[in-house]
Amino acid sequence: MRKNLARLAMFALALMLVLSACGGGQPAAEEPAAEQPAAEQPAEPFVFGMLLVGPYNDNGWSQAHYEAGLYVEEKFGAKMIYLDKVNPADRPGTTPDQLAEELVAQGAKLVIFNSDDMKDASTTFAKAHPDVYVIMASGDQVWEDGKVYEEIPNLTNIMGRMEYGKMIGGCAAALSTETGKIGYLGPLINDETRRLAASAYLGARHCWEQAGNDPAALEFKVTWIGFWFHIPGFTTDPVDVSKDFYSTGFDVVISGIDNPVNLAEAQKFTAEGTPSYGVAYDYVAACSAAPDVCLGVPYYNWGPDYLAAIQSAANGSWESQFIFNGPDWADINNHDTSAIGFVKGDALSADAAAALDAFIADLAGGLNLWTGPINLQDGTAYLADGEEATDQQVWYLPQLLEGMQGLSASE
Amino acid sequence: MIKNRLGNLAYQLVALLLAFGVVSLILISVDASPSEAYKNIFKGSFGEMRKFAEVLVAFVPLLLVTAGLLVTFSSGLWNIGVEGQVVLGAIATTWVYRLLLESGLPPVAIITLAILGGMVGGAIWAALAGILKVFGGVNEIFGGLGLNFVATALTIYLIFGPWKRPGVASMSGTVPFPDEFSLPLWAGLRISPWALVIALAGVVFVYFLLQGTYFGLRLKAVGKNFRAAYLLGIPTWQYSMYSFLICGALAGAAGAVQVAAVYHRLIPSISSGYGYLGLMVAMLINYQALWAVPVALFFAALNIGSIQLPIIMKLDSSLSGVLQGVLVLFVLLAAGVRQKFGRKS
Repeated sequence: MRKNLARLAMFALALMLVLSACGGGQPAAEEPAAEQPAAEQPAEPFVFGMLLVGPYNDNGWSQAHYEAGLYVEEKFGAKMIYLDKVNPADRPGTTPDQLAEELVAQGAKLVIFNSDDMKDASTTFAKAHPDVYVIMASGDQVWEDGKVYEEIPNLTNIMGRMEYGKMIGGCAAALSTETGKIGYLGPLINDETRRLAASAYLGARHCWEQAGNDPAALEFKVTWIGFWFHIPGFTTDPVDVSKDFYSTGFDVVISGIDNPVNLAEAQKFTAEGTPSYGVAYDYVAACSAAPDVCLGVPYYNWGPDYLAAIQSAANGSWESQFIFNGPDWADINNHDTSAIGFVKGDALSADAAAALDAFIADLAGGLNLWTGPINLQDGTAYLADGEEATDQQVWYLPQLLEGMQGLSASE
Repeated sequence: MIKNRLGNLAYQLVALLLAFGVVSLILISVDASPSEAYKNIFKGSFGEMRKFAEVLVAFVPLLLVTAGLLVTFSSGLWNIGVEGQVVLGAIATTWVYRLLLESGLPPVAIITLAILGGMVGGAIWAALAGILKVFGGVNEIFGGLGLNFVATALTIYLIFGPWKRPGVASMSGTVPFPDEFSLPLWAGLRISPWALVIALAGVVFVYFLLQGTYFGLRLKAVGKNFRAAYLLGIPTWQYSMYSFLICGALAGAAGAVQVAAVYHRLIPSISSGYGYLGLMVAMLINYQALWAVPVALFFAALNIGSIQLPIIMKLDSSLSGVLQGVLVLFVLLAAGVRQKFGRKS
């Protein structure tokens, strides 16, 4: 009996095997048909590759890059190939420069490295492949005024001036908090994350004071998780951090990580009777995670800068550059011109929205919150009275600012 | 005997086919072509020299871990802690680098000491599991698993604490070492011939240890029947400890190579899961050192080749992990079925 059963099982599995082999042919046969429209396009499209640190649909940082890639495909007729989840936890045993070579093997003539985590690897790759163009997003290797300048002719750095977006997000938070306590969900600690957290604080403090509140009554606390997103076992869980904030009187949490997990927590706390809000980050539609509690999202619009760089690579006018563009103040949400934008969320009250618009207009008019007197977190002078920070001072902010709680560097 | 071997091989072949069958079904269920997927995995691992070199990069630590596990398996120990032993090897290697980078010693000496340091680090971590087992009565599976978590925590502490990059607290890892302190690579490729030599030396050492020495014989005696070996006068607990130390040293070498030839720094996931993957390889080859090389190469090829799946077919590359896991399950299942049949007929 048992023997028969075993035989039956073997037979069934063998059948599956045969079926699978037969089934294999069908999708393959359909594919050429699906690809035909592309083949009808005139010239061979320029192929560019993209390495995304997180999932392509993370509702945040990586998705913003991915959709910029789609924008370039649409505007320029180029073709994108990409690999997402490029980080050592998701792709053990690999390095980004190795994965970039896989994209080149598939025809990519330009590769975008989308994370600070890949900075060293992008340098290695660019030097090993002088014939492949490289865009290192958020990096500063080829910034002549930067601290780590290197001449790498085939590499360009692109970063948006998110300082503005963060100020607007911080302002929205300050205009909406009932408790005067704002939490900032920080990723890892480096120059970029310090300056962006500080920008959110400057925006919050400005709008808090403009609304006639006592500056001393504003609490702004940063908690870092250790990476751009949660990696179980390696980072602190951002959901727990959000929970801690909301359960200890911080009624607004600003996301500084690659996705807006704070929004779902805000929704839960609100449903349980504690009105809580969140500011999302990175991706234009990030508020969709929980629109009712979202105050807004400062986002990157990588499309226009990627389009220009990829076109220059395709037509031979490429130059190694450090591109650090801000909002197009005529319309910060113009997808063809503005590198940084801000979408207001449903949770923002009409009054707050009006005040926020006024703040955006002030920024457009030249208001610079990075103007002294500003001290660093430990009290040392950073900007004298009336002194405006240079790009270098902002980019390489050595500590958080006075008035902010949280670690400036690792303990 | 020969008939027995052939029968064994037939069962394993059936298991292999079944594993591919199940994975094919999974692929079909998501409207993907299995044949195209396998073709892409194959081309992605053996299609060109550069890709084969990447396979070797994964093969080296996997083979070292597998070789080490053959020793602990032979003495009847389930050294799940091998993952942590890889990590400690990497930590010790990084530590030696940090101590000696400024010392003025020639890079060759520093690299050698760093790798030896890694082996010692792995051996010490394995010894902890051994001490827990031998003197504390803690099953090595639980002890090892616990030590794996401690090893990860230690890595993270070092990367965010004492060994952090100036002004930075990030999972990205410690500051990379200068190029001249890396194990020399084959020109244009990422594989170091020296790493390959270390790995092959490791498996040859284990092969002769187990097949050709009195030590290996005693080790196997301990593994087959602990009590009988004890009664026959073999110092059993010492032999358990030896096997832990040898496995730890080989796993430590794997971690050392990860630092000295692949990542050039310490990162949180430095072991890349090779410890656990090595356990699967060791289970598949069932104590036979000769099979370690082809099976480890096959697993490494699956890992590297599967990177093509998300790029070309928009499939998740964890499919290779599914295939590896299913394969191990079917091989174990085939062995079980065979035992039942064997008894009946």
